[in-house]
This record gives sequence, structure tokens and C-alpha cells, in this order.
Amino acid sequence: MAQSLDRLRESPSQTAGPYVHIGLTPNFCGIGGVYPTDLGATMVNDKTKGERIGLRIRVLDGTGTPLKDALIEIWQADADGLYNSPAELRGAADPNFFGWGRCATDMDTGLCAFETIKPGRVPFRDGSLMAPHITLWIVARGINLGLHTRLYFSDEEKANAEDPILARIEHRVRVPTLIAERTGDIYIFDVHLQGEKETVFFDS
Amino acid sequence: MTAESGSNRRPETGAFFQRDRTWHPPALTPNYKTSVLRSPQKALLAFDNTLSEITGPVFGHAMLGELDADLIHNFARPGESALGERIIVYGRVLDERGVGVPGALLEFWQANAGGRYRHKKDGYLAPLDPNFGGCGRAISGEDGGYAFRTVKPGPYPWPNGPNDWRPSHIHFSVFGHGFAQRLITQMYFEGDPLIWQCPIVRGIPDKAAIETLIAALDMQATVPFDARAYKFDIVLRGRRASLFENRLEGN
Repeated sequence: MAQSLDRLRESPSQTAGPYVHIGLTPNFCGIGGVYPTDLGATMVNDKTKGERIGLRIRVLDGTGTPLKDALIEIWQADADGLYNSPAELRGAADPNFFGWGRCATDMDTGLCAFETIKPGRVPFRDGSLMAPHITLWIVARGINLGLHTRLYFSDEEKANAEDPILARIEHRVRVPTLIAERTGDIYIFDVHLQGEKETVFFDS
Repeated sequence: MTAESGSNRRPETGAFFQRDRTWHPPALTPNYKTSVLRSPQKALLAFDNTLSEITGPVFGHAMLGELDADLIHNFARPGESALGERIIVYGRVLDERGVGVPGALLEFWQANAGGRYRHKKDGYLAPLDPNFGGCGRAISGEDGGYAFRTVKPGPYPWPNGPNDWRPSHIHFSVFGHGFAQRLITQMYFEGDPLIWQCPIVRGIPDKAAIETLIAALDMQATVPFDARAYKFDIVLRGRRASLFENRLEGN
């Protein structure tokens, strides 16, 4: 017998369930007066640097039906590509941009709307630049472990073409599942949980 | 919102340990029917963490209200309190290295003592408690410790099988230091026979893994003539040391 490594194991995940709103967006589901606002509901203010954009995200199940009880969190760099996080050692991020947002899908339409800024490029491990992207984390009833993926931008063709994560996708027909389509200042992004258009989800 | 906890430490920037996906419930657990159409079927794209996964938001204690960690009172009318068995839930947020995680935001939600959620989609017969909202939050201290006060949630029937009941449980959402540590799970109560019959719990393949989600009754932490206590530790992904200015972190 060798010595024990004395490691613990990560707590196993359990679904967020149908009532995730009570805990994470109580004001959205009518539980007022406990918190002044729902966390992550507002991402930008007048002083935030960068191009204002909107994201319109839906999550679709294996029949193509939008989930009406999902919750999406996003995490992104500021306009200069810096994260507002202690682990960001390259410089101070925009103090007017927290970088994290949270939105429950609309209970009737399944639509999630974020108002944010276009992130700058962030370096990959080898120093080359990743294309601008936003990290998504999706939970819902029926999802046993939160799903991790990214949203890239349709008008960043050149950067997308050299992105090291997109480059790792073996089946190139699946790359567009990570690219949001721009219409005006709005990016449309459908996340497909299953099927021919299943979104590329990450294990990272 | 700024970093307060651990601000005197050099931030860690290593990648997180690979997630053991055989320890978690798989995406497809057919006995939990909703998972059938909501489970990805293709292989996940694996890669070592980049800055986008290593970094994460920090929530400061300043955002907390006085009653955020007191579900017995945070929705109650002045001078009143929620109905049910009064309990304290406490524990530590640790990572896989056994190190306490300070500054972790924990958010909790649960049904009331009768097993009813304050949500328009919940139509269970048990009545709402006018003094119970069902949500709370806390931020872990320097050693990763946290605590909150609530009432023990009741079990309830749910539309899965013809007669499936959820064991009493409290939902936990946890932020660690990196977005890749993000975790949602559920806490169960020691001695509840419904745990072992629940299709959601049984999606976890390993009995030992399920047992890590069962809070222990801790009579030494009770407040006599007030509330019993349950201890529930949560473990987030650990992180590797990273080369920092050509030295391993911590050396």
C-alpha cells in the first residue's frame, strides 16, 4: 500500500429542478422583498466600456421544444479581453463591468435576454488569442449536471477561424452550433440539447 | 462587488482537476423521465481549462442582507416566523485538496414544511406558508464555513412515476473561485428512507457518492430549546499548482 493522497471527491451534482427560480431569481418568480434585485440581472451601466450587444438565447430539447424552466449564466471578459476576477493577472478589468450575468428563460416563450458588451479576445494557454466568446452554463429540470458551452460571434469570422477551441471540433459541421447569428445589435443563439444540431458541450 | 475574503493571499491560477464524470449522475437517467429529452447524446469536447474557465466572479459580503441566511424570518411578517421544524444547516465549502474555499457564494432554495414550493408551477395540495419564501444565501468565511437557519422541508409527490416522492431536500447552488467549479446539488437528511427510492438521487451511480449528499444530524451544534443542526460539507473541484514566475505556486 502506498500513502493516501488525502483527496476529497467533488460533491455529485443534482438537477436544479423545476423551481430553480426560487433560489436564483426569486424576484423573477414573484418572491419579492427577500433580495433587492436578482443577482446578475443587470450587466452594464452607463460607464461600461465596449460595444453594447444583446443576446437572445433559447434552449431546445430533443423534440425542438424550447425549455421554459431553464436558467442560463454567462461569464465573459470585458471589452479589452480582461476578466473581472482575482485569477486575472494581466491587469485590472473595467470596474464598471462585472462580467457575469444570470437569466431565467421566459416561462411562456423560453427566451433568455442578456444585455451586455462584446468581449475582447482572451489568450489561450499558449499565448495565441482565442476568438471573442462568452461562456455559458445551463441548468434546468432534467439536466443532471450543468452544461458548459460557449457562444461565439458570427461577425468574427477571421478570429473564429483561428480559435484553438473551435479548431478542436473534429466534426466541422458542428462548429456552427457555437456561433450566434448577428441581426443588428442582437445575437441569436439556440442551444440544442439533442439531435442533428446538438450543441457542442464541453468537458473542461 | 469586490474580493474581500482571502484578499491577502496570492490568487491561485491553476487549472482545475479533471471532473470525474462517473461520480456524477450521467446526463441520461431514464428513470428520471425529464432527462430523456434533455440529455446531450454526443461526446463532450474535452480541453484543459483556459482563462475563461479558471477565472470567475467574486461576490462580496456587502451584498448580503441581514436576514439572507435566515429562511425562518426573511419572508415572514414582522414578529412572525415560518412554520415547521426549526433547523440550522452548517458546514464548509472545501475543494478536492481538502482546503477550505473562502468567499464562496451559496444560494439555497427549498419547499416549506409541508412540501410545497412558493412557485406558480407547484400545485401540490399542501398549503403555502404565508411566512415562508424558501430562498436564502450566504458567503463562506475564511475557513470555507457557512451556516443558515431554516425549517426542515417536507417530502412531496412529483409527476414522474405514478407514485414518486422526493425525499426532504434543500437545493444548493455554489460558486467557487473559478467558473469551472460552478455546481448545483441537493442536500438530503440523515435517516430519510425516501432517499433510496428517489429516481433523481438514484441517477448517481455510486452509493458512496450519494452518501456525501446526506447531511448528518449534529446534536452538539444544536441550539437547545430552539433548533436542531445538520452538518453538510460541499466539495468543489480542486486546482492544480501553476507555474507562476517560474516557481510553483506555494513554493
